[in-house]
Amino acid sequence: MLSADLYVVLPEALLALFAMAALMACAFGGQDRWASGLTWLTAAFFALLGLIVSFRDGGQEAFGGAFVSDGFARFAKALILFSAAAVLALSENYLRRRRILKFEYPVLIAMATLGMMVMVSAGDLMSLYMGLELQSLSLYVVAAFRRDSVKSTEAGLKYFVLGALGSGLLLYGASLIYGYAGATRFAGIAEAVHEGGLSLGLLFGVAFLCAGLAFKISAVPFHMWTPDVYEGSPTAVTAFFATAPKVAAGALFARVLFDAFGEVSAEWRQILAFLAVASMFLGSIAAIVQTNIKRLMAYSSIAHMGFALMGLAAGTQQGVEALLVYLSIYVAMNVGAFAFIMCMERDGAPVTGIGDLAGLARTRPGQALAVSALMFSLAGVPPLLGFFGKWMVFVAAVDAGLAPLAVAGAVASVIGAFYYLRIVKIMYFDEPGLSLTGSMPFAHGLALTAAALVMSLGWAPGLSGFGVPELAATAAAALFN
Amino acid sequence: MAVATLAFYLFACTAVAAGALVVLSRNPVHSVLWLILAFFSSAGLFVLMGAEFVAMLLVIVYVGAVAVLFLFVVMMLDVDFAELKAGMAEHLPVGLLIGVVLLTQLALALGGWAFSDAAPALREAPAEAVGQVHNARALGRLIYDDYVFLFQAAGLILLVAMVGAIVLTLRHREGIKRQDVLKQIHRERHEAVELLDVKPGQGI
Amino acid sequence: METGFWSAYAWPGIVILAQCLLVLVLLLVALAFLLYMDRKVWAAVQLRRGPNVVGPFGLLQSFADFLKFVFKEIIVPAGADKTVFFLAPLMSFVLAAIAWAVIPFADGWVISDLNVGILYIFAVSSLEVYGVIMGGWASNSKYPFLGGLRSAAQMISYEVSIGLIIVGVLISTGSLNLTEIVRAQDGAYGFLSWYWLPHLPMVPLFFISALAETNRPPFDLPEAESELVAGYQVEYSSTPYLLFMIGEYLAIVLMCALVTILFFGGWLSPVPGLPDGVFWFVAKVTLVFFLFAMVKAIVPRFRYDQLMRLGWKVFLPMSLGWVVIASMLAHYGVPGYARW
Repeated sequence: MLSADLYVVLPEALLALFAMAALMACAFGGQDRWASGLTWLTAAFFALLGLIVSFRDGGQEAFGGAFVSDGFARFAKALILFSAAAVLALSENYLRRRRILKFEYPVLIAMATLGMMVMVSAGDLMSLYMGLELQSLSLYVVAAFRRDSVKSTEAGLKYFVLGALGSGLLLYGASLIYGYAGATRFAGIAEAVHEGGLSLGLLFGVAFLCAGLAFKISAVPFHMWTPDVYEGSPTAVTAFFATAPKVAAGALFARVLFDAFGEVSAEWRQILAFLAVASMFLGSIAAIVQTNIKRLMAYSSIAHMGFALMGLAAGTQQGVEALLVYLSIYVAMNVGAFAFIMCMERDGAPVTGIGDLAGLARTRPGQALAVSALMFSLAGVPPLLGFFGKWMVFVAAVDAGLAPLAVAGAVASVIGAFYYLRIVKIMYFDEPGLSLTGSMPFAHGLALTAAALVMSLGWAPGLSGFGVPELAATAAAALFN
Repeated sequence: MAVATLAFYLFACTAVAAGALVVLSRNPVHSVLWLILAFFSSAGLFVLMGAEFVAMLLVIVYVGAVAVLFLFVVMMLDVDFAELKAGMAEHLPVGLLIGVVLLTQLALALGGWAFSDAAPALREAPAEAVGQVHNARALGRLIYDDYVFLFQAAGLILLVAMVGAIVLTLRHREGIKRQDVLKQIHRERHEAVELLDVKPGQGI
Repeated sequence: METGFWSAYAWPGIVILAQCLLVLVLLLVALAFLLYMDRKVWAAVQLRRGPNVVGPFGLLQSFADFLKFVFKEIIVPAGADKTVFFLAPLMSFVLAAIAWAVIPFADGWVISDLNVGILYIFAVSSLEVYGVIMGGWASNSKYPFLGGLRSAAQMISYEVSIGLIIVGVLISTGSLNLTEIVRAQDGAYGFLSWYWLPHLPMVPLFFISALAETNRPPFDLPEAESELVAGYQVEYSSTPYLLFMIGEYLAIVLMCALVTILFFGGWLSPVPGLPDGVFWFVAKVTLVFFLFAMVKAIVPRFRYDQLMRLGWKVFLPMSLGWVVIASMLAHYGVPGYARW
């Protein structure tokens, strides 16, 4: 019984053991001298786990349904693990040069990743909360990792306080759901909903649950923390925030809504449609006035989460498939973009102003080209991959009868294109001021180039998105079985 | 039975009143003391429900450790209460308004709330009935058998909290003399004392 | 109705009240002589005579002290928080006293045979810190405050190791009931069946933690008279001070009783064949108290950082490790570790 359960949670168990072993080894052994090696080792371990997760057989439950390892979870986990591995590998150089690399950093990231894996596998409100809290708590700490900087500390504290508020909302919703449905297992809730319909108490519960999850995914109107936290945290940490946790929260959103409340999707689709529209517009409009590239990426992520949620608002299998594809593309773009942002520095100090990019095309034409490709893709300009992500989401929304939502998305997308293209304009047409110094490490160059190439060529018929859409389709189908 | 009922009302009223006084009392230290009373009354309620193990844990963990640390911190805080109150008066109308609106909404909604038909059937009876198995044993079975996954996850969360606290606060300051007990213990006499035969009038 | 009320509530109530009073009075009288013993031992170690004026051999010294305290004037500092100031000694005394409700003096000689007796004791003794910390704060004075803070940190730190050591014993007995814990030590080999033997490494640990938990020398830093004058007790006089004092000693004797029950077989006779009974319990408690007194007389006071280091870096890992070891030994049924 227990060994069968343990087999299902094997990747999670391995990651937990790895993190604890690393913690003990470094605490009693090399302390921070081993931090650099441990970071690479952790990244490699993530990648290895990602491969293991990808090739294991799915469709299993453990611990009486509290933990579900189906195709959907495995897709999300692989995405989380690979993106976390990439970001961790990139952050080693950044943190080391800022002299804030400690051995706890990879350990905390491993714990956060573990939390995300539990999140996407949650089959019970309690395991949902455990995963979420494990992830959030680790992220609060890494947000404040540069503890000598006021901004970083502020970021950590703000994230912590607002995150605790979000958790509170989520717990309130969860307790209402438990009270009115009589079960914390998603299957049990679905049964209660099937028999008694969505009572008012359950509706309140779902609304609060959505609010709590929206906090974590930084959807409007629960986005307030995002720009400050993105700006204040060390850039490597920001890069992490912008990738894996978004996948986890998005997948968790889909999991809880479809597994537990799939039958009454009409009720919660309105909530999600509202979150999606508000996020798309606020993210696109507020980003226009930003001068700091990290804040800009924060608003960009808010807008992108709006698009992703649109797929969820469709409430169909096609919508979930679109959500997964969108998140994959979004993560790939962000890894590339942050690989570049991490290397923005002048005389050894990091700079984050958009104006600092002026004339980059003349000083570093290769990088400027790659960044432009990413920006075009983020904006959703065809034929880059970013466009296809948006396209799939729009099609799903229209097919589900949400044509106005798709139109709103298209409008927001056009507004959002403005600030992405402004960066391209600054790079290519503005007079160079004080140019950036320092060279780009190999790993960052590789990530940037790879992301740019994927975005530019992924649409080609022979490549067809590297098979991600097919995998996403299988994963979405698993959720609907 | 009457004694149990009486005790229930005693504990329940004390818990509610103490909870109210936590918020209302002017001195934060008094607030913490009221909080302790509220915990204590809740523990009493647990005892009445036959869950004496949980009651004792509540007292040991919350009253005996958590509230002590609260008290510790609150006592050391130097807060200007006049200033705090001024700020509160400023935001009070807005806060009250929001509170009243939420309360009306809840009251309006409360009339229409109903349990799912399946809820009573689904409500698992996780623990054996009170009185059949000692409740420490029942709790142990739940935590270590049924919910072992969640229990371990909670353990990891606490580990992260601990690591986080250390990462964010611990500073290894250089140039400070630290006591090394082992070194002190292992010091031999010949390392510390040297016998010199000093000739008169020469010094060392 | 009348008779039903009488037989259902009033009579048991009176019986319980009488039991409580009996235990309390006996305890307080015993305390008077234990205090006397404490001072005599201390004096003997320092080659003094100790109390020898009031009564034969000074035996009535404690009673004279008691009267003196009661008749003195109560002084309340000007800036003190009056309610809390008086609540603190009361709490200190009451908590120390109510913990005795679950102590079995002999088989069946217990006021309340709680299923979770050991947890009850642990809960109540973890509350005792409030008397000290409240008294320290309410005095509105620096030395008492420092004493209160020290005591809060110290008592919490050592509670952890006490709790873990108790867990080790609980694993062996499989019960939280104190009477059951003593019965579990009733074996064929007399004192060799008691838990001090299987749990030998934890006996000194528990003893030392008990010293720290009750603010006894060498861990009496909350009242360290050389630095803090008298710590949290500086501003107390007369009866409130007396209550603090009695509370402190009641807690100490309680810890002695706990050592006796957990490791030295409570009321059980050390030699197989001799009758068990309350006599053995009293004798063992007195012996442990004698050790407390000797430690006070012999060992110099710890520095505060040493105290914390000892608690967190030495005792906590050791007791935690012992829980693991004891669980394993119990799991594999090693005699002495598991009886279930």
